[in-house]
Parts: sequence; C-alpha cells; structure tokens
Amino acid sequence: MSFLEIRNITKRFNEQIALNNVSASVKKGELVCILGPSGCGKTTLLRIIAGLETANLGQIIIDGKDQTYTQPKDRNFGIVFQSYALFPNMTVLGNVLFGLKQRRELSKEEVHARSLEALRLVDLLEHKDKYPRQLSGGQQQRTALARALALSPSYLLLDEPLSALDAKVRVKLRSEIKTIQKSLAITTIMVTHDQDEALTMADRIIVMNNAIVEQIGTPREIYDCPSSAFVASFVGTMNVYQQKSVTYAIRPEKLEVVNRHDKYDLAVNVNEVEFKGPLTRIYASCADAPEIYIDIPSEKADAMRVRIGATMFLKTPQKHLRRWTV
Amino acid sequence: MFSFAGLVELAKADQVKTDQVKSGLVKPGLAKQRLRSINFGQLAALLLLLTIFALILLGPLISLFSKAFMTKGGDWAGLANYTQYFKTPSLTISIGNTIDISLWSTLFSATFGLLFAYALTRTRMVGKLFFKYLALLPIFMPTLIHALALVFLFGKQGIITQLGLDINLYGRTGIIIAETIYTFPQAFLMFSIALEYADGRLYEAADSMGVSPFTQFIKITLPDIKYTAVNVLFVCFTLAFTDFGAPKVIGGSYNVLATDIYKQIVGQFDMNMGAVVGTLLLIPALLSFVVGKVTNSINASTLSSRATNFKIKKCMPRDVAFFIVCIAVSLAFLALTAALLIGALSKYFPYDMSLSLQSFMFDSSTGGINSFSHSLQMAIFTAVSGTVFVFIYAYLVEKSQRFSLLKKIGRLLSALPLALPGMVIGLSFIFFFNNANNPLNIIYGTVLILVLSNVLHYFSVPFLTATGALKKLDSEFECVSESMGVPGYKTLLMVSAPLCLPAILEIFMYFFVNAMVTVSAVVFLYSAQFQIAAIAITHMEEAGNISQAAAMGFLILLINVIVRILYEAAIKIVKAKLARKEITNV
Ligand SMILES: Nc1ncnc2c1ncn2[C@@H]1O[C@H](COP(=O)(O)OP(=O)(O)OP(=O)(O)O)[C@@H](O)[C@H]1O
Ligand SMILES: [Mg+2]
Repeated sequence: MSFLEIRNITKRFNEQIALNNVSASVKKGELVCILGPSGCGKTTLLRIIAGLETANLGQIIIDGKDQTYTQPKDRNFGIVFQSYALFPNMTVLGNVLFGLKQRRELSKEEVHARSLEALRLVDLLEHKDKYPRQLSGGQQQRTALARALALSPSYLLLDEPLSALDAKVRVKLRSEIKTIQKSLAITTIMVTHDQDEALTMADRIIVMNNAIVEQIGTPREIYDCPSSAFVASFVGTMNVYQQKSVTYAIRPEKLEVVNRHDKYDLAVNVNEVEFKGPLTRIYASCADAPEIYIDIPSEKADAMRVRIGATMFLKTPQKHLRRWTV
Repeated sequence: MFSFAGLVELAKADQVKTDQVKSGLVKPGLAKQRLRSINFGQLAALLLLLTIFALILLGPLISLFSKAFMTKGGDWAGLANYTQYFKTPSLTISIGNTIDISLWSTLFSATFGLLFAYALTRTRMVGKLFFKYLALLPIFMPTLIHALALVFLFGKQGIITQLGLDINLYGRTGIIIAETIYTFPQAFLMFSIALEYADGRLYEAADSMGVSPFTQFIKITLPDIKYTAVNVLFVCFTLAFTDFGAPKVIGGSYNVLATDIYKQIVGQFDMNMGAVVGTLLLIPALLSFVVGKVTNSINASTLSSRATNFKIKKCMPRDVAFFIVCIAVSLAFLALTAALLIGALSKYFPYDMSLSLQSFMFDSSTGGINSFSHSLQMAIFTAVSGTVFVFIYAYLVEKSQRFSLLKKIGRLLSALPLALPGMVIGLSFIFFFNNANNPLNIIYGTVLILVLSNVLHYFSVPFLTATGALKKLDSEFECVSESMGVPGYKTLLMVSAPLCLPAILEIFMYFFVNAMVTVSAVVFLYSAQFQIAAIAITHMEEAGNISQAAAMGFLILLINVIVRILYEAAIKIVKAKLARKEITNV
C-alpha cells in the first residue's frame, strides 16, 4: 500500500505544459528522488504535492485521502527549499519555534522540548542562538531541516536541498540526511538534478524529462536497465549509437578491450587516456562513432600499455547491450 | 469590476471542470473541490483592499468627469461646458499662461537640477553632504511658503526691493521663480539617480583616445541620462502646471489654471466649469505618466548590464566651477529661509523690524495655533494609516500565491495616483463625497476625508518603495510559513514587516512630510472646524498678515526637518540592529 500517490497530474502555466500526465507512487518510509534536467517540472511536481500549486488535472492521494485540493496547512508536511528560506531576523531556535508556536495543543514545555530535540537531531544545539547569516551553508541547511522536522510531519519534501553547498559538505550531508531519514522512517521526496545524489541517497528514483516521467525504479534498475536513451545518458555515462530506427547503448565499463582481432570486434583509435584512480577512462573513436568511452581497471590499462594514437579492439557483450526501437 | 475578476476565476475553474469531465479522468463535482484549494482569507483581504482603493480612486474621478459633461441642473451637456469655456477669453488665457510659466520653470529647474546632480555625483568638490540636504529644503515647505519667502525678498516692501532692485515679482516672474524652487529637488533627485550609474570603462576608453571631457559629456554622459532627462522635463512641467500654492500668493492678476479652478469653485460656485478646468489639468499629468512608464521600462532594460566602477578624475577647475554653482543655489535657498525667518521674527514686517515672537501668537480668526496642531494630527494620521494601507496592499499584491489577475489590477491601480494632480483629487473628492446620495458623505467635512485624499494623493511612490523592499525578500518565506500552518498575517507581522522596517520608516516619513505641506488637494476639503496650517497660511496672507504666515511656514519647516532627523536616526538604529544579525541586503 503506497503512502503517496500521484495520479495523472497535468499542470499548465498559460500555454506551457510543466507536467504532462505524471503518475508515481511513494511507499511509507521511503526516500524517493525526483531526478531530471533543469526545467523538466521537478519543482512544480513537488509544489503540487505540497499544495503550493494546484494541478489542472489529476489527483494527489496522501495516506488514502484525496488531497488534490487541500491547503498546504492541512497536509502536514515539512519542506526545505533550495534557498532554505530561513527567517533572517530570527535565531536558529526562533526559526524552529515559529511553526511550533502555532500548535495550540502543545504546552509551552513541549514546544521547547521538541524544538531542542529537532536541533539535537541535526547537531545544531550549540548554535541555537545564532542568526542564519552567521552560520555556514551546511549549518543553514540543517537548520532548515530541523525547522521542517520539528512539527513531526508525516512526510518531508526537499527541493534541491544540497545544491547550494560546496562539493565536500554536500557529500557529508548526503549521508547525514539519509541517516536522519532512516532513523525517523519518514517518507521523503527529494528533488535533485544531480545523478550521484539520487543514486547514493534514493530508495527509488523518478527520472523526469520534458514534463513527463521517463522511468521509475531503484538506483540499480535505473542504472543497469535504463528504459530510454535519455535515462541512459542522463544517469551515468553511456555510449549511445543510433542505427536507422534502433538505438544501441552500452556502459563504458561493460566494453571489453581485447588484444587480438576477431572479425566481430571493433577497431578504434585511442584519442585520450584519463587516469581516474582505480579506473582508467579511454576516449576513442572510429569511423561511425566520433566519441566512445571505455572504462577499464587501471592495472589492466597499465599492463596493456594504452597509448594515444594506438589502435584497440573492442568487444561488446550482447547481454550488456541495450536496444530501443524508436 | 471586482465581481468581474471573480467571475473570470470561476469561469477558469469551470473550464477545468469540463476538461476533466471530457477526459474522463475525474468525476464531475470535483471542480467544486478546487475551490478548497483557494486561500479565502488572502483572497478576501486582497479583494477588500482593492475595492476600497478602487472606490476612492475611481469613484471621485467618475464624478469629476460627469460634472464636466453635465449642466448645472444635472442634465447631460455633452461638450457644451467645454465650448463655453473655450469661448471665454478670460478663462482660456490661463492655458497659455500656465504653459508659459511651466515651460520656463522646467527649463530652469532641469538645468540647475542637472548641474547640481552632476556636481554631487561626478566631481570631487567638498561639502557634498551639506549640499545634498540643502537641495532638499524646498520639499519641507508648502509651495505657498516658497512664494511667501520671495515676497519678503522681492515683494513691494521686500528686503532686496528696498535696496533698489525691483524685479517686478508679482505675476509671471514670481510664479516662474517659485515653481523653479518647487521643482528643483525633483529634478535634482532624478538626475542624481541616473548619474550614479556610470560605466567606468567607457570613460577610460575615451580618455585613452584623447577625447576631451566636454565631448565625453556630450557623447557618453548625455546619452546615458537622456531618458531620465525626458522624464524630468515632463515631471517638472506637470508639477509647475498643476501647482496652486505659489500662484495663489504671488500670481497677482496673472491667472493660471489651478487658481482658476479655485475661483470657479470657491468664488463662483460654478462646479461644472471647475470640473472642466480640472480635466484640462489632467492632460499634462497623464502625458507625463505615460512618458514616465515608457522611459522607465527602457531605462530598466539598459541599466542592468552595466559595470559600475567609475572613478572620478581629479580636476580642480571643474570642481571649483561646480562648487560655485552649488554655493549659488544653496545661498539662494538659505536666503529664502532666512527671509522667512526674518519675516516671522520681526515685530511688524517691514515697518518694525525689531525682534519679536509676536507673529507666533496666531490670530484665531485665520486659523490660529490650532491649525498647526490639526495639521500635525492629520499628518500623523495620514502617515500611520497610509503606511499600514500601502504596506499591506503591496504585500498582498507582491506575495499572494495566486490571483494573478487581481494582482495585475492592483499594480495598475497603484500607479494611477501619480497621474492625478492634487487639485484634481480635491475637486473630484468634493463631487464624490459632498453628495447626499453617497452614504460615504458622512466623512465629508471631517479629518477623515483629508487623510483619505492625502493617502491617495501620495500613494504611488510609497507603493514602489514597499514593493521594492518586499521583492528583495525570499519568495519562499510565505511557502514555508504556510506549510507550518502559520497564518499569513503572522508571517507579515513577524517576518516581512521587520525585514522591511527601513522601507516602512521611509514611507511613514514621506506621507508625514507631504501631508504637512500639501495645499492643493485639501484646499477644497477642510472644514471651518478643522483648519489646517498650510491653508491657514493662505488666509493669513489674504488678510495681509504675512508675518504670521511666515511664522506658520517656519513651524511647518521646523517640524518636517525634525521628523527627517528622527527618521535618519531611526534608520541608523534599525540598520545597525539588522547588521548585528548580518542582514545587510534590506
Ligand atoms: N509560476 C510559473 N509560471 C510560469 N511558468 C512556470 C512557473 N513555474 C514553473 N514554470 C515553468 O514550468 C517549467 C518547469 O519548471 P520547474 O520549476 O518545475 O522546473 P525544475 O525541474 O524544478 O527546474 P530546475 O532544476 O531548474 O529547478 C519551466 O519551464 C518553468 O519555466
Ligand atoms: Mg526546481
């Protein structure tokens, strides 16, 4: 039984279609990433789930109830925006208290205890009296998270929560958010355009492009069995080759480099060799493919003495070759 | 008008319903549910404010136009009033007069405004801050007082006239000088804003090619400010064209349109002819409004991409030349203020010049000291209610999540008062409110109508200030609050308003100062029981008691300067407080 169901949502802004018949479902306690390029409708979908925007068509079912047209305040969710939208004139604690104070049913002590609990959860207790602008980007992000979690929402919405941070902090916060999410077992929908983020954090990924859903699946499914050429090249690197109406694709690490020439093997010219730690990436080309990516273990590359300008032979294992007919 | 807007929104919902039914996706009846997604509190607030504003703005204007096209008896007259007007040479002569004085004063104030602004933004002369505040001095006084100060200097018994220089003040000359003084701060402020932006690279390139500074000014600076210049010309022209205070005091027998309206209404009770002249007054104002809209949109599109690291070069002769211009203008302003003070402090100008505070013992027959306290009450009331109304209005128009049509209407309406001269507002208010059939006529003759006319008259600039400040706030504050179940008014009170405090103070001061100095709108609306200072000055002057008039003018100047100083101090404190929280971009 799914916790949240998105049914045939269509959203138009004037003449522009931002979401075109989008359907998906999210299970309780799951972290789902909405992944897609800029402008594909991710934020719009999130705002419709939040009730900040109303769909033209379709339904949003939350916890078995039709919530398509309810107000945000009646949906009981927490939200973190890309800008964090922390109130700059309130301290960290003030930000967290702002929403809690609205809850008439909570006593003063409860309000206080819950705000401190939320801050402890994101490890910000010692910074509670600082103003947002006096915090680092990562701390601001965690404040926004604490504010969203303090009301014990039944689900959490995150719009590119990490994109404003630098790479190191981002990687660290990925696992922190994931840990908090798992420990609270809170259903979470997170928008991102960063495929690494989606692959490492999500239980399932909804890949979007041009206002439609391209594919829904676990990170493994999305990576190993992309359902379209778009998904294949958007998530990870993919060699795509088009022949008449058929598109062929294979991951760089699935290509095998062979020494001896077999008549089915492909002869390619090495253009560039890039050492990437355990793997070495080779950029090669041949008559009908101007750019081919090949990843092989660095040890093997050393042993083979790959050189720029040399000719190599590639074997494409049929079981890893994906085909789509247009 | 607003039920129309509501209908459109409902029709949209209906369209969606039919779409949904057609597509077979959704059961009919769900469209009703869509209504649940509307934030009715916000919608009601938006509708309420827009309705009030539209009523106060458009109701009186409609009354004005219907008066202009009606006979005294209330029958449809078509253009009869206008033909009669244009067949009366004693009336039409004012059109030429008004254009004449407006053109000359515009020419002078634009020239001096440009020189002054250039001196303050593009030279290295000393005393810039001093000059800047001095340039704003005329803003703090009613135009009546500019004229009155001129009387003390150049009038029949004026100080300078007595020294042997008679410039024949009364009439055309006096009006042109007074309007130049009145419009100078506007020209100066607008040119300053335009000149503050400069692309240093252009000037450096010109230098390296050996282009002379004068050619640089013609080829780089002027093209940069040409739209502002057009705007300045129209704004100054319109201000001079529609001003009532100065011609009232020193116009003599030289008639202009604004004084004609006054004579028609107050002297001859000819409401219809007054309305006809009122509509004439609207013409340059509307033209100026349209020009402003167009030039501002062009300016906005060219300004954004500019590099602004302009270094002012050292150049002694230039600095000295501009310093002399600034000193001359400043001395003129100081002389006027001094003349006012002398007039106020002398026992019986010009016959007994001994120092006395007697002029401050105002005769109660011409308003008395009460009129000053009434003015204060009115200004405070205007500032408080105006600030609250403008800010909430701007907040709803800027931050509502939906209702895009209503927000568009709100923006459109907000700019209209800019095109309404005070005279026209006052006149149309009488027609609208002094009407037995209008239930709102209970406010006629009370302080409320004065406050209302002031808030409307000075609405547009504060609205821009408020939206400007609100635009800088993260648009997602409201979304976050809504998600936490915090009602909209709390977000406004606890987040947006505190962050916009500098803008709010500015709006408050703007309303206060303008309410203290305005004459044109309120001259038709005050009641005998509620005299106000600026009007009392006209009565004192009419009664020949110009010393008391000067004293009253001086009190207005004083209170405005005090409020300005308090404002500057408050801004400093607020900014320091915000800076402690490292909130710097508001
Ligand atoms: N309020 C709006 N009015 C008009 N068009 C809008 C509005 N909001 C979004 N759009 C349009 O809808 C499309 C989808 O926008 P959305 O913000 O959902 O994209 P996104 O996937 O979140 O992109 P990004 O990664 O850049 O944030 C865009 O083309 C955008 O221009
Ligand atoms: Mg987005």
